[in-house]
Amino acid sequence: MGIIEITGLRKLYGRQVAVDDVSFTVEEGEIFGVVGSNGAGKTTTVECVSGLRAADGGTITVTGLDPRRDRAELRRRVGVQLQDCSLPDKLKVGEALDLYASFYDRPADWRELMEDVGLGPKRNTAFAKLSGGQRQRLSIALALVGAPRVAILDELTTGLDPRSRRETWELIEHVRARGVTIILVTHFMEEAERLCDRLAVIDEGRVAAIGTPADLVARVDGGQRVTFRAVSGADDVLRALPEVSGVVRDGDTMTVTGKEGLLLAVTSALAAAGLVPMDLRTERATLDDAFLSLTGHAATDAS
Amino acid sequence: MTTRTAPSAATTTPRRAGLRKLLFTETRLYLREPLTAFFTIGLPLGLLLVLGSAIPGFRDPDPALGGERIVDGQLPAMMILLSAMTSAFSVMPAVLAVYRERGVLRRLSVTPASPAALLATQLLLNLATTVVAAILTVVGGHLVLGTRLPGQVPWFVLVFLLGVTALFAIGLAVAAVVPNSRVAGGLGAVVMFPMLFLAGMWLPRDLMPEFLRRISDFTPAGAFGQALRDSWGGATPQALHVAVIVAWALAADVFAARAFRWE
Repeated sequence: MGIIEITGLRKLYGRQVAVDDVSFTVEEGEIFGVVGSNGAGKTTTVECVSGLRAADGGTITVTGLDPRRDRAELRRRVGVQLQDCSLPDKLKVGEALDLYASFYDRPADWRELMEDVGLGPKRNTAFAKLSGGQRQRLSIALALVGAPRVAILDELTTGLDPRSRRETWELIEHVRARGVTIILVTHFMEEAERLCDRLAVIDEGRVAAIGTPADLVARVDGGQRVTFRAVSGADDVLRALPEVSGVVRDGDTMTVTGKEGLLLAVTSALAAAGLVPMDLRTERATLDDAFLSLTGHAATDAS
Repeated sequence: MTTRTAPSAATTTPRRAGLRKLLFTETRLYLREPLTAFFTIGLPLGLLLVLGSAIPGFRDPDPALGGERIVDGQLPAMMILLSAMTSAFSVMPAVLAVYRERGVLRRLSVTPASPAALLATQLLLNLATTVVAAILTVVGGHLVLGTRLPGQVPWFVLVFLLGVTALFAIGLAVAAVVPNSRVAGGLGAVVMFPMLFLAGMWLPRDLMPEFLRRISDFTPAGAFGQALRDSWGGATPQALHVAVIVAWALAADVFAARAFRWE
């Protein structure tokens, strides 16, 4: 039994189906990614999980609670960081954390949390004067100030520069170390690959795949790639191998694609045939490639 | 799109300490905008004192007002109205619109506190400002200009509370329909200035042509202003005016409760 169980979730906006038959289970303590391109239904899915929206079909339990029926209790157990939510301009960092901590019966120590997210020196800085990365870290701290068992983080690093993004990722890894279960919504595959233990790829309101990032990458046809300087006679030798799914010759370069164990198979077959591959390189598919092959389009094309 | 995702009071039991801190925090934010307190408290009191002492005719019995001095009822009643309407139509809708468009209300709805608590806090804060402004107007006018103190205190207090309730209900209705904070300021002004005119801000009701006074009788500010002046002068306010105020309060409350969007 996972800490979050979603079965056959369905949500309509008017007649338009936003989410259709989405099911997945999140285990306690993991970082679970919900990935997809903009408008795929990621946010709608987590809004149903956080009780912000009522599902039109299916069941959701979060720490054993129904997000709509047990909303009051759910809000004490689940911390949420929403997209496009800000604070009043003149509210200071320390005041915001103190205020949000006061909503909970057993909050985290907000001063400690403020230090943990690196905002200690900004305690008396007004929200309007914070940088994008600092605002995002404050937003994460606010989602955690109630000492939740589950944190839902939606499009955490959108609009951040690469450095702030990396800092935010490190922060999320620290949060996991506290034992908080995290649902991370993102359309950055690099982020999902770096942070998530498992993830669900959502496409056009449906689950396209669920697995660990490595699982999803391994499912890509031609997930492994070996290139070397072309030598004559190699084509036939390689095509005969069960690990190889494709051999392409582009001028001087030969690219061989295939599944796990490709490199070993290619080098031993070439050695056995007395051929010496020069400039041998191996590449592995990324989650971006996996996303492309699962959905037929890139994750970030819309943004 | 009208979304009804706001929690009902029955499903949330935010901690009292949280509500106290919310009120404390909102008060702090309110005071960080010194112009707000200037327009809602400083300006009405200042106008009363400056106009009341600078214009000599204001302190003489005025036959057009039935022998009443302008500073005794007309001017301070209008200043109380000015303060209440500035808070109700301009300050509060703008703050609520900003909170809505920036997701502050939505953000609160995923915590044990509810956005309704923030709405209540804003109402309380702006009502308190109006009360402070009214007390300063009554007491300050009396001490500095020797204006009359309200003659019918129970009626005066009741009319004040009913009138302010009606104005704030209309303010909430404004906040409910505006799409963003820029429109909030504009719409607030569009509602406020005609109302102030009909209440007799620039032309006392006694000097209005009959048809205009008739229209004024049925506006919330016109009825409120006259009832306030009547009870100030020691008379019982007209039943019509009290009924008009109550009707506006109810109608605007029902409308605001139906139309208000949290996100």
